[in-house]
Parts: sequence; structure tokens; C-alpha cells
Amino acid sequence: MNSAKSTVPFKGTPEQEAQLLAVIAEKKDTQGALMPILQKAQEIYGYLPIEVQKIISDNTGIPLEKIYGVVTFYAQFSLYPKGEYTISVCLGTACYVKGSGDIYNKLQEKLGIAGGECTPDGKFSLEACRCIGACGLAPVLTVNEDVYGRLTVDDVEKILNKYTA
Amino acid sequence: MENITVKINGAEISVPKGTTVLEAAHMAGIEIPTLCYMKEINEIGACRICVTEVNEGRGFRLVAACVYPCSPNMEILTSSPKVIESRKKTLELILSTHDRKCLSCVRSGNCELQKLCRDYGVEDASKYDGVNNVYEVDNTAAHMYRDNNKCILCRRCVAVCAKTQGIGVIGANERGFQTYIGSAFDMGLGETSCVSCGQCIAVCPVGALSEKDFTKDVMAAIADPEKTVLVQTAPAVRAGLGECFGNPIGTNAEGKMVAALRRLGFDKVFDTDFSADLTIMEEANEFIERVQNGGKLPMITSCSPGWVKFCEHYYPDLLDHLSTCKSPQQMFGATAKTYYAQKMGIDPKNIVMVSIMPCTAKKFEIGRPDQSAAGVPDVDFALTTRELGRMIERAGINFNALPEEKFDDPLGISTGAGVIFGATGGVMEAALRTAVHTLTGETVTDLPEVRGTKDIKEATYKVGDLDVNVLVTSGLANARKVLDSIRDGSCNAQFIEIMACPGGCVNGGGQPQVAMGIRNFVDIREERAKVLYNLDKSMPLRQSHNNPAIKQVYEEFFEKPGSHKAHEVLHTSYVKRSVN
Repeated sequence: MNSAKSTVPFKGTPEQEAQLLAVIAEKKDTQGALMPILQKAQEIYGYLPIEVQKIISDNTGIPLEKIYGVVTFYAQFSLYPKGEYTISVCLGTACYVKGSGDIYNKLQEKLGIAGGECTPDGKFSLEACRCIGACGLAPVLTVNEDVYGRLTVDDVEKILNKYTA
Repeated sequence: MENITVKINGAEISVPKGTTVLEAAHMAGIEIPTLCYMKEINEIGACRICVTEVNEGRGFRLVAACVYPCSPNMEILTSSPKVIESRKKTLELILSTHDRKCLSCVRSGNCELQKLCRDYGVEDASKYDGVNNVYEVDNTAAHMYRDNNKCILCRRCVAVCAKTQGIGVIGANERGFQTYIGSAFDMGLGETSCVSCGQCIAVCPVGALSEKDFTKDVMAAIADPEKTVLVQTAPAVRAGLGECFGNPIGTNAEGKMVAALRRLGFDKVFDTDFSADLTIMEEANEFIERVQNGGKLPMITSCSPGWVKFCEHYYPDLLDHLSTCKSPQQMFGATAKTYYAQKMGIDPKNIVMVSIMPCTAKKFEIGRPDQSAAGVPDVDFALTTRELGRMIERAGINFNALPEEKFDDPLGISTGAGVIFGATGGVMEAALRTAVHTLTGETVTDLPEVRGTKDIKEATYKVGDLDVNVLVTSGLANARKVLDSIRDGSCNAQFIEIMACPGGCVNGGGQPQVAMGIRNFVDIREERAKVLYNLDKSMPLRQSHNNPAIKQVYEEFFEKPGSHKAHEVLHTSYVKRSVN
């Protein structure tokens, strides 16, 4: 079982909640309302933590588990916010054979989070991606817009330090 | 209704339009195997074990018999080589992700998957072995385990929780190969607003869901010479236990059950029917007081701990409507550890109170606050009917060869009013028998209006000058409708009986599992309830207030219903809980 409990404190605002409640009020009596409500909720908050899913459950009468089941079924929904810096490790074929899997593992270990999650301080989120068209630099990762190539596992710490300093 | 003709394995049969292939085959005397299918509750055609060849003029092809409707002149083959091969492959694929620990599995012997593997001659259980997910067993709830390593993802538990019970704290998370049944945000079941009804266990085809087993602890207590081990058996247990030993559904096992409990070594074999009578004395009195003194109405029964927990989570604003009476299980324990202990000169600390219940929520109930009249828990161990069945089996007792024996005195004396507690409407009927007598002196016995398995039963009885509107329901999805009508003011009942499990305790979450292939065609609620109503009819005393042991316990101890002492020992309180 994956632990899907968010590690990042929830920072929803009353304005966001009012927006979400308006969406729910508008859609809740139509058939199949859950998907469009979840899409809007993700637009409003950027992700769908338990606090948001509870608001939806309380105001639609749909059991929390049913909502969670839908959220975890579709890759489009995220349980975690994006960090200030999104680290994206290419696990495409070229990067993978050059050892990007080890780099990805090292990042998970260093950051203390699994892929798809965000560090509790909201600084970094980590994700895997497929080919970004820089195979000549394999293995490659990006931190927001910055591209790092020809990496080894030892480079991970140096890269992280640039953003934490 | 319009009929159509179909041909099953070459023989013609006429069936009503809209009949599924599965139902048509059943009418023709052929049982098509199912795993996910539950009539009207889980018709998802997902497991593919029911595949059957049909020809509608375009050649034979495989369809899911459970959801595929018959068409005119359809040809159906239920056990062609192609059908058998397909079902066998499905079983082999299910086994590829199944934790095959049959030797130590609680369901060995009555596992639906195990039986199918035998029926279809699966020789190699590891044919498609590969990568597997490994899951931690969820033991967070007071009453049960979930072992997803044995789960076959049939979703029967999910359907019964959401649809029959209107709760929905379990469901399928993730997708594809990662799919598993669990709760929101991977909360343990104990952290959710699960009400412990155990209906999920009752419908699980395999050993993925099971009650927490306390049989070892009970046997240890029996072996301890310092302890006086008392046992009480709920009304519905006698209507189910026989099934554990191959008897047909609807067998009355009361006498043999008593004999078996004695042979297991319990010091006294008592009957929860006694405390059901006691509950009626308190509850009928409470109802009359509420009516006469402007108390909160409608008053709702509080015997079903699954229902009580449901109310606490989902309708906390209506808790004032609940009777303050403890359930019969708890009243029994409380009386045993106060009145009986005092009478017999036993220190209540040395009494081990064991209950045999058709229920898993009783395991939660014994740990509730305000349930320890003698300063120690009223009840120490609540076992299900299934656990008792296992204890008897393990002790080598030949159940079917036992003589019929009687309960011990004085806490084994009961009336017909007590025994019908185990069926939906029984508590209402028993309470009315006594309430009417208290108010008018009239004798009432049979009240057919509140019997039977209809979702919601309503009746009005003229009691003296009063018109008493009563309502009876069971299954928590039905209860929701009633509770919503109380909230919006449209409910005109003064007295309501609610049982968490559909049909009442006879169909409780702790009763012997009946294969879904049988349940889809036989109403086990009715068959088991008949046992209780027949017992009621055969008893010399049929009103709780006529029970001599009840009269005695009031004379010697409680004084009168609703007395200060009765409130101390026999009544309780409730807590508001959240929804998760």
C-alpha cells in the first residue's frame, strides 16, 4: 500500500474554498458530477489533498473513499502540490540505460519523498518524465527550466545545494 | 409477463423476458458459477467466471451469464469445452495474484474460490506466477482483519458497504495491476466511519475479510480454575449455527448448541433471550415515559451496535432519539456481574463473560465507554456464530450427534418475546406486547404487520386511547431514508426499530457465510427468521413481563423498570463521531 497522506501542510484560503463551494453548488445535482468537480478543484488548489476531498464529500454526500478511488484511478489528478522547484528525471530509454534510475532513486532518498510527492517544506517536488529530446546529454534531469546532463549519482547533492542555499 | 423460449444445452425452456442467462440456467436446474455477482447489489459482470456460450444466430460466443439477458430462440451451452477452458483460465489468473495459504486460511472448506478450483480441476495453482503486490494486513478495526493478499477484487464488500448499508468506507483505489480495496487516504478501517456491521465479511467469497478471532482467549479462560466463565447466546445464533455443521439453512440448533457449550467447558450456559426480555422491560417503560412526559420522540431502539455507531457517525444530531437502554448483550453482562455475582458470592473480577453473537459490531460494543456496571467490562469476549462453530469443530465435538439440552437457571429463562429479537421487527413486537399490557392490561401476541423482510414496515396500533405509530427497518441504507424523514419532520412514527443488518440479526455479519450462488436464489433472512418465530409460537410464555426470572431480578435487585439502580446498570450513553 502506498502511503498517500500528504506531507505538505494544507494552505487553502477562504477564497479558494468559496470558489470550490460555488462549483459544487452548480454541479452537484447533475449526473456524473464528481469528475468535473474534481477537475475544477484541482484547477483551484493545484492538487487534491484530503482537506479538499473532504469539502467535496461533505457537500455532495459522496463518500470520501469513492472520491479517493477516482482521484487515485486517474493519473491526471494529484494528491500532492507542486514544489517551488519541480525536479523531473528522464526515465526514457537512453537516459535509463545511462543510469537515470539510480539518480531518481538517489533523489527520492535525499529528499525523503517518493516520486509524485512534494517535500514538507514545499521546496521540491519530484517526478519522472519520458524523453525530453536531450538524449545526447543522457542521463538528464530538469529543475524547473534548468537542464542538467551527463549526470552521475554524485551530482545529485550538488544540484540540490544550488537551490537550497 | 411476456415469455420467450431459449434452448439450454439442447433442452427448450420458457422464461420471462428480461431473464438473464444465469437465471434461466438456474430455472433449468443448472448452477452457473459466480464470484462477483450479487443479485441487485453487484451486477458488474467483472470476474468472468460465469462465462457461458450463447448463439443468437451469429454463431456461439462467450458472454457473462450473470448480466446477459436471454433473447428469443437463444441457444445456450453452460459447460462446453470452451466454457470450461475459459473458466479454468480465469481461475488460474486469479490464483496468480492470490496468497494461496489455504491450509491455514479461516475460509478453508467454505471458500468459494477453493471450491471452484476443485470443480474445474485446476492442477497447477502457480501456472501464471509473476510479480505480486504484497499488502500489510489491516488490523486497525476492533472487529475484523482485511488481508488484501487474499483479495480477488470481486467488489462484493464494496457493494454491500455502499449500497446495502449506505456507508461506502471501502472501495477500489489505484488502477490496473495496482488496484486494491481500501479506504480513503489509506486510513485503517478503524480510523474510518466503518460501523463494524461485518456485512462485508458475510459476503466475502474468500479469506480476505474475517472477524478478529478470540476463541483462543476464551479457551484459556475456561482452562483457568480461578475464573467462572459464563456464556450467553444471542437469539439468532441458534438459527444459524447448524449451518456450520452441514444442516440446511433454517435449522433450529438451540438444544445442540447448549449441549456443545457445556461440553466446551463453560461453567454456566445462559441465554441472551433472558436479557432481551429485560431490555423489553426497560425499553417499553422508557417509551411509555417518553410518551407520557413529553420526552424525545420518535424513540429508536438501541440493540444493534452497528446501528448505534452509524447514528453516532452519520446522524449525531438524532442521538437523543436513541433509547438509553444498553443492548441485550451488555444488559446480560451487567446483570451477571452485579446481580448474579452478588447472589452467588462471586467477585465480578473473576467472572469471564463470553457472548456468542451473530454480529461483529458486538466486538466493538464491548469496548465502548459506559459499559462497565461492576467497574469491569460488562462483557469480556464477544464471539461470532462462526467462531463458536470453529471452537466446536476444534474440540472434536460431533455436533449433529449431541442431545438437545436446556439453558441453565436463572439467566437462561426466557420468553417468546426474547427469541424474536433476532429477526427484523422482533424487538418492536416484543416491546408492544409489554407496552400494551402495561397501559391497558390487554394481552397481545402476534403482530404480523411488523414481521417480514420488507425494507420499511409501518403500522398503527390502538393502545387504549392512544394511536401508536410504529416503524421498523433494517439495513442502514433503509435507515438513512427513515432518519432523513425524522430530520425533515415528515416522519410520524413514535417508536422505531432499526437493525443494522438487512433482515435483522439472523442475517448478521457474524453468521455463517452462505455461498453467493445460494444467496442469489434463497432468502436466508426469511429462512432463519422462521426458526425464531416457530420457537416463539412454541413457548409457554410469550411476553417479557411474564418471565418469572425477570420478575425475580426486579424483586431482588432492580426494584422496577427505570429505577435508579436500573439506570446505573442497564442504561448507557452515546458519543458524537465524525465521518471519514
